[in-house]
Amino acid sequence: MEIDTCTLDSLKRGQKAIIKSVDTNEPQVQRLMVLGLVEGTEITHISSAIGGDPMEFKVFGCGISLRQEHAKFFKVSPVVTDG
Amino acid sequence: MAKHSETRISASKVAVRQYVESSIVVVGNPNSGKSTLFNRLTGLKQRIGNYPGVTVERHIGTMSFDDKKTELVDLPGTHSLSAYSLEEQVTIDVILQRMAGNSPVDGILAVLDATNLYQGLFLLQQLVDLKKPMVVALTMTDAAMQSGIRVDVDALSKMLGGIRICSVVATTGAGLENLRSAISELPELAPPDAIVVWPELNAAADKLCLSLKKNLSVVECERLLIDGLTEHNQSLILELDEEAKRHFLETRHELLADEPGTVVEARVRYGWVRKNIFKLQHSVLPFYSWRTSVTSFLNRPVVGTVGLFFVMAVVFQAIFAWATPIMEFIDDSTAIISANVGDFLGDGAFSSLIADGVIAGVGSVIVFLPQILILFLFIILLEDSGYLARAAYLMDRAMQSIGLSGQSIIPMISSFACAVPGIMATRVIPNRRDRIATILAAPFMTCSARLPVYALLIAAFVPADRIGLINLQGLVLFSLYMFGIVMGILTALLMRKTALRGPKPPFALMLPEFRRPNLQTVMLQLLGRAKVFLYRAGTVIFTIAIIIWALAYYPRSEAIVSEAQKQRTIATYSLSGGQLASEYERIEHAASAAQLEQSWLGRAGKTIEPLFKPLGWDWRVSAAVIASFPAREVVIAVLGTVYAVGDDADEKTLSGRLKASTWPDGSPVFTLPMVIGLMIFYACCLQCAATLAVIRRETNSWHWPAFAWAYMTAIGYSGALLAFQIGTL
Repeated sequence: MEIDTCTLDSLKRGQKAIIKSVDTNEPQVQRLMVLGLVEGTEITHISSAIGGDPMEFKVFGCGISLRQEHAKFFKVSPVVTDG
Repeated sequence: MAKHSETRISASKVAVRQYVESSIVVVGNPNSGKSTLFNRLTGLKQRIGNYPGVTVERHIGTMSFDDKKTELVDLPGTHSLSAYSLEEQVTIDVILQRMAGNSPVDGILAVLDATNLYQGLFLLQQLVDLKKPMVVALTMTDAAMQSGIRVDVDALSKMLGGIRICSVVATTGAGLENLRSAISELPELAPPDAIVVWPELNAAADKLCLSLKKNLSVVECERLLIDGLTEHNQSLILELDEEAKRHFLETRHELLADEPGTVVEARVRYGWVRKNIFKLQHSVLPFYSWRTSVTSFLNRPVVGTVGLFFVMAVVFQAIFAWATPIMEFIDDSTAIISANVGDFLGDGAFSSLIADGVIAGVGSVIVFLPQILILFLFIILLEDSGYLARAAYLMDRAMQSIGLSGQSIIPMISSFACAVPGIMATRVIPNRRDRIATILAAPFMTCSARLPVYALLIAAFVPADRIGLINLQGLVLFSLYMFGIVMGILTALLMRKTALRGPKPPFALMLPEFRRPNLQTVMLQLLGRAKVFLYRAGTVIFTIAIIIWALAYYPRSEAIVSEAQKQRTIATYSLSGGQLASEYERIEHAASAAQLEQSWLGRAGKTIEPLFKPLGWDWRVSAAVIASFPAREVVIAVLGTVYAVGDDADEKTLSGRLKASTWPDGSPVFTLPMVIGLMIFYACCLQCAATLAVIRRETNSWHWPAFAWAYMTAIGYSGALLAFQIGTL
């Protein structure tokens, strides 16, 4: 079950989401897409460094970190897990 | 005639050997266990060189199987055939055979990490498109099982066009023989069947290939369509006539609809991976592993950061505490060997060259080897365990505030041992501005060559008092380290605000799971590093040592020699026993001091004295400082000679002589303001030819090393001037 979309940086620790749309104008975002952050992919927020930035995510078991400012370019819809 | 035929035979032998050896490239994602596998396959039969024109290291090894020799080339890890950094560009150029002077690629060994099939399969799709003989080594299957995933090898092979897959565990060596046999058969193997992922791209590339008439392969046309006007492609496209150019742009527009090619490619290829990955992964019961608990513990923001500082503290402690006994041993041995060889060879220029020039010169290089090896051991361990990536992640915020990114932290930490490997480590930074700012900040970090200079001056002029629990000498040393860090930070900030202004450096970092480093890989890397250090630093410092020796030795004054002889004769009549021996020694020292004063080095010091007089330096200090411009640690040896202390004398005597040295009017040369200024000078100045050479290589211009040298010398001089003038007001 899915709820409304938000940006990737607003995910809480441990929260899962599906990437819905990406603003591809930023070159840095293009790099992130080559690393696998594309529409339709499930992404989990694992942790953040002190101050909440940068953030660590997991995509298909692989860890990747990005800054909040870049996470803002990704619109996601959080996945509500049972329980 | 006979000679002629002999040459011909040897030439044909070489040709035959080159024909038998086939060249296989090893390609894979970063952290896929590629280098561990490469080391496992080739062992000690490898060599490190450079790719032509760039500073990326080239690792080539030989693998033998059934009397058949195969050359393996370990390419830098990449995520895609579209480059984002210098290292990735090298990999792509080698694979597409764009690089001049490289042997043709006979086959590909693709390394696929079982714990990261998602990104691995993206690259594999692109590699299959190359239509080259290929074999896949599936690594980390043990780690994948632990996290609950079993990879279906048959399904994977079917999905990738019937490619041969060899499952290996590099740490235990399981599956290696199978892989070796697959590699040796590789050049005769048919390429894998094409897999249809993006038919529109294949069709467009086919069409483009025909119309360009450029003798490009289909896959090169594919990359041309995706990458568009990159640096490499630009010249290629500019060569086209108007008609062909228009056709290229039209085909590209049809395929991509004005979106960046890499973005469209990522969507299509990762979409394919998502659709298929579930057919490959069977879930098994995950079992408890130390990795999971370590990772989740270090994932807490505060714990992670405190942990990072703890790790760094341990590394520094180890560099100083563990290395000291070995360094003292090397130092003492050098002194003993030098003295004995000197005695054996007797007096004269040759003896002095061997004992004072060559042996002392080589010793002064080797003495740093323990520290450098310990530092590299830690850096390799941290890197192989996946911790360095985490350090970059944790420090990114702090580094951003000085205009750099988390990736700059690794070169900065390395520079505390030596700026040369530190500057070499900046290769991982993709952005050029960011990279140069890091290169300019790195030489300010207190390197192991500054340490002996600080140690000498502090021991001589800072009282060993305690303020509460704090040791005053330790405090001064700590302040000098902090001073270097602050200067580095200010430099980075200044550069990012002026010459290297630009957008914030990008940051996207893979955070691999923690893993146990493989002992063989660690040792091989360490051995390689030791060789590179001894060769590069050794040649530079060694040459300088001999030049400095010659400058300090020539010209010889006969008058001084005969004067010393006369004094010795007089002493023989008036003294005897121990008194005579010490008088002999005094005469010897006085004579060598007098020789030095009128040597080229001494004359240079006197000429330059007016320039350094505002800093409170006399000709001796000036000469020693000039002599140490090619390598800063040389200053101790030169001061030792200048103050007429033999090579075997320890620093305590030298510090005593420094304290006793006076101006002609009798006032002491080494006052506290002067010593503080001298230490500031050494903290700032870029007195290291090896660092200048490495900056030249890494930035590919003389502009940056010249700037760095002038900038740092100006700061050093001003700092020393301020310290002395304010201190003596």
